[in-house]
Amino acid sequence: MFRTALRNVLAHKARLLMTVLAVMLGVSFVSGTLVFTDSVSQAIKNNASTNYKDVDVVITPKTGRNDEEGKPGQAPKLTQDLLDKVQETTGVKSATGSISGYTAVADKKGKLVGDGWASTGTNYLPGKDGKDDRYPMTSGRAPTNANEIALDAKTADRAGYKVGDTVRLSVNGPVITPKIVGIFDADDNGSVSAGGTLVAFDNATAQKQFAAPGEYDQIQVSAAPGTSQAELRDALAASVPKTADLDTADRLIADQEKTIDAETSGIKTFMLVFAGIALFVGIFIIANTFTMLVAQRSKEIALMRAVGASRKQITRSVLAEAFFVGLVAAVIGLAAGIGIGVGMRSILGTNVGLPDGPTVIAPATVVSAFAVGIVVTMLSAWLPGRRAAKIPPVAAMNALHATPTTKGLVVRNTIGAVFSGLGIAAVLYGRTMSASDAKLPMGLGAALLVIGIFVLTPLLSRPVIGLAAPLLKAFGISGKLSRQNAVRNPRRTAATASALMIGLTLLTGITVIAGTLQKSIDKMATEALRSDYVVSMSNQSPLSPEVEKTLAKTDGVTATTPLRMSPAKVFTTDGGSRADQLIGVNGKTIEDLVKLDFAAGGWNLTGDNTVVDSDTAKAYGWKNGQSVDVTYEDGKRGKLNIVGVYEGNEMIKGLMVDTSVIAPHMKTQADFQVMLKTSDGVSEATKDKLVKALGENPAISVDDKADISKEIGGMFSMILNMLYGLLAMAVLVAVIGVINTLAMSVFERRQEIGMLRAIGLDRKGIKRMVRLEAIAISVFGGVLGIGLGLFFGWATGELLRSALTTYTLVVPWGRMGIFLALAGVVGVLAALWPARRAAKLNMLDAIKAE
Amino acid sequence: MTTFPLTGQATAVAARATELSKVYGQGETQVVALDRVSVEFQQAQLTAIMGPSGSGKSTLMHCVAGLDSFSSGSVRIGDTELGSLKDKQLTKLRRDKIGFIFQAFNLLPTLTAYENITLPMDIAGRKPDKQWVQQVIDMVGLSGRLSHRPSQLSGGQQQRVAVARALASKPDIIFGDEPTGNLDSRSGAEVLGFLRNSVRELGQTVVMVTHDPVAAAYADRVVFLADGRIVDELYEPSADSVLDRMKRFDAKGRTS
Repeated sequence: MFRTALRNVLAHKARLLMTVLAVMLGVSFVSGTLVFTDSVSQAIKNNASTNYKDVDVVITPKTGRNDEEGKPGQAPKLTQDLLDKVQETTGVKSATGSISGYTAVADKKGKLVGDGWASTGTNYLPGKDGKDDRYPMTSGRAPTNANEIALDAKTADRAGYKVGDTVRLSVNGPVITPKIVGIFDADDNGSVSAGGTLVAFDNATAQKQFAAPGEYDQIQVSAAPGTSQAELRDALAASVPKTADLDTADRLIADQEKTIDAETSGIKTFMLVFAGIALFVGIFIIANTFTMLVAQRSKEIALMRAVGASRKQITRSVLAEAFFVGLVAAVIGLAAGIGIGVGMRSILGTNVGLPDGPTVIAPATVVSAFAVGIVVTMLSAWLPGRRAAKIPPVAAMNALHATPTTKGLVVRNTIGAVFSGLGIAAVLYGRTMSASDAKLPMGLGAALLVIGIFVLTPLLSRPVIGLAAPLLKAFGISGKLSRQNAVRNPRRTAATASALMIGLTLLTGITVIAGTLQKSIDKMATEALRSDYVVSMSNQSPLSPEVEKTLAKTDGVTATTPLRMSPAKVFTTDGGSRADQLIGVNGKTIEDLVKLDFAAGGWNLTGDNTVVDSDTAKAYGWKNGQSVDVTYEDGKRGKLNIVGVYEGNEMIKGLMVDTSVIAPHMKTQADFQVMLKTSDGVSEATKDKLVKALGENPAISVDDKADISKEIGGMFSMILNMLYGLLAMAVLVAVIGVINTLAMSVFERRQEIGMLRAIGLDRKGIKRMVRLEAIAISVFGGVLGIGLGLFFGWATGELLRSALTTYTLVVPWGRMGIFLALAGVVGVLAALWPARRAAKLNMLDAIKAE
Repeated sequence: MTTFPLTGQATAVAARATELSKVYGQGETQVVALDRVSVEFQQAQLTAIMGPSGSGKSTLMHCVAGLDSFSSGSVRIGDTELGSLKDKQLTKLRRDKIGFIFQAFNLLPTLTAYENITLPMDIAGRKPDKQWVQQVIDMVGLSGRLSHRPSQLSGGQQQRVAVARALASKPDIIFGDEPTGNLDSRSGAEVLGFLRNSVRELGQTVVMVTHDPVAAAYADRVVFLADGRIVDELYEPSADSVLDRMKRFDAKGRTS
């Protein structure tokens, strides 16, 4: 039996090629993902451990909030005192304090160098030998005052800077223009290897820029010879305050590896989901192919049954055939996948800046490639195999073996109708419930509906394709025949169309959801804005209060307000306390810059007055007019009077106070953003003026409402395009499915095609017939997919409705039209080869063929 | 070589092959299927082409009907020389001037009987002559089954649909390739009766390939082929006279 199966595979190489291709695509995606994520994860790990080269123990401030000492906010930074104490501890060879933060570097044209999120500034802290081992100078010398910096070699090279050049930098708003006095080698620094920039300030300047004089955010200690990491840690334990953590480098590396694994496994799962979709689509195609192969070979199978093969043997032979197909597909898929993984890394490596490292092909990758390829193929061939076993031996003698399908379809249609009905009912029921309760019925309903529609696809093929009859009539007899051919074998048509349907359901669904979210978030971000411009750091790091002062003084600016966050503890009416934050604004101008609806009271931010959003007020049990207790950032207590309760949203919510309330309690004043209004309104000239006033700082963005909308839109279209790219794989597999079905149909109908040619249908007519059938099947799949996608988009939107106050459903008619056209194009492309084959059939052979 | 001019019959020629040869392969493996065959098929006649297997009878029909290409010689349907035609023109010729009846019926299973009958006109994009189509349908006795699909019809009924399909477009000539080969004798007799009636009553020209002397007896003339050549012909044949001739060829074949 095994030999027969192998022979069958070899005898129908061309016919199975498409099946192999469908499985191979899925397998290559899976193994590509695994190779890519494994390699990247390994490279990041290697990179991370080099960061701890020569470091044995690390001291850092405790993460998370620190309310222990009665001061809300984060744990205090490490002090110079601590560093001195550490350096004097026995067993310490050396200790370095580091402090770092966002530092943007402009190139000679004023543009930002590198990616905004990996622009780092740090401190150059000379050791006993006058050098900082972390940043070995390749030319020039170390910076010694605020007017000097050193730059990493990669950045200097990229922007064309040399020692002696003046460079424009920005840490938190104002532009500074120090001189480059040194260039250092830091290729294995995390920021640099990720494609970013690294600037070294002298220690005092760095501390001033990123924290306060005498403060560090990390102390790295290396042990003297003979002292173990654990011994060193224990030796230092007494000196380290409660607000700081003390860890050995080994443990930090282990922790970091765990974090990296968690992060890359997120990406891995995300990409494997799409590989799974492609494989799922592939299942339909493989099942279809095997069904057709079995049908074509029914006489042969009947003969084997007649000469004594058991049913089990027949099924096994089909499965063995599937095994070989899966095996071949797995081998090719694995090879292709390794190629994809390496390729993806080199593309992303140059664009995003991933660290270098060897390509990792884990045993698990190889195992999963084979498992996926073989299991998926054999699973798909299982039903066709069982069907093959049911072919009676007598079919060998009969010219035609009647395939009973009507009864099967009745059962199938009933099941489909029940599932679909339950699904719709569950979704509609879910609509009547609150968002959090509705998740289960909605999700369940959606799943039931999809299964129902899948099961019902054969039934739906007739009426839906029938709708296209008037259109197809325009193509004469070819159109008519194509329509009838398309609905001739509902199961086959359904399986082919379903493959495409899945892809288009997801495409439409995510388009609807993304469009809806974009619109809702856009509304949220812009509706409450009365200001002309919003000024912020492009990476959302804090702005210096200087920026607001500069802007307020700029000609034509009529009103400004900062949004300044200060951590605080607030006391609720039931006597409890919560960690929250106070938003400092300009009480006099805020009304002109932000539009909020007040449920009670209104803007009156003078003295210790505050306004709060209704959700927070409700959560804390506060009412308008009452006064509430707070603990400020520095631990001092105070009272705030609520003078207004406004309707907030995800973007604007919380306790707002005049900046004068929080200013005395803040150690460093930093703004999240600055909003402003001008006398001339929004215009290019106004924006130019503002940008100039800020010293043409590349790290600061000045946005009007349109810019904000554009930014939000850009973010969404980036995500959408990425998802489209990943779903393209599923669509590609579906195309192979349509090609496969058509090729087999042409083969089965070659006698008819020969007759049609004989009685006068020309080659063009035959081609058109095949092509139109392909389009009919593809568009059928497209219509179902788009319909389902729209439904899911809507259902998901319903869940979001209560969470998003600005919820607006966006139905992307244009995109949906494009998707439908895409389905048509899929049909045309898929028909290219089968149509040519049909037109080239030798008439006489075809007519004689049985 | 021999030609068989038709004397005593003043009818026009519907199709003619002159010095028609068809050769497969080259050199050692060369097979001559048709060896300089010249033959004419008269209008309003039912001609049967007979011969043992491999005699080239089907090949002759395929070449004359524009279904197959030939190596040398010429074929004319009416005034049209087939040798110079491209596939497109040949297709058009078959569509407009020729009707076909195949051994395996060759109906489209997706179409009803009526749709199958009017299929050649549909392909040409012509409106069928309803009166004529009705006349043909009545003749073959399919009136009650027009909306049936081929799978709902018996073999004899299916072949009657095929006969009606060939007649419905009023072709200049109808070619039949063993039209009764897949039928029982009663259904076969029916179909042959229709073909003869169409010749007698409607003036249709029919050429059919057969190996059945009983079927050949329905013809006005029988042409005998052996080894790619025309070896004999017979007018007004009867089943016995045809069988007689056949036996002679067989004997000749065996002794030579």
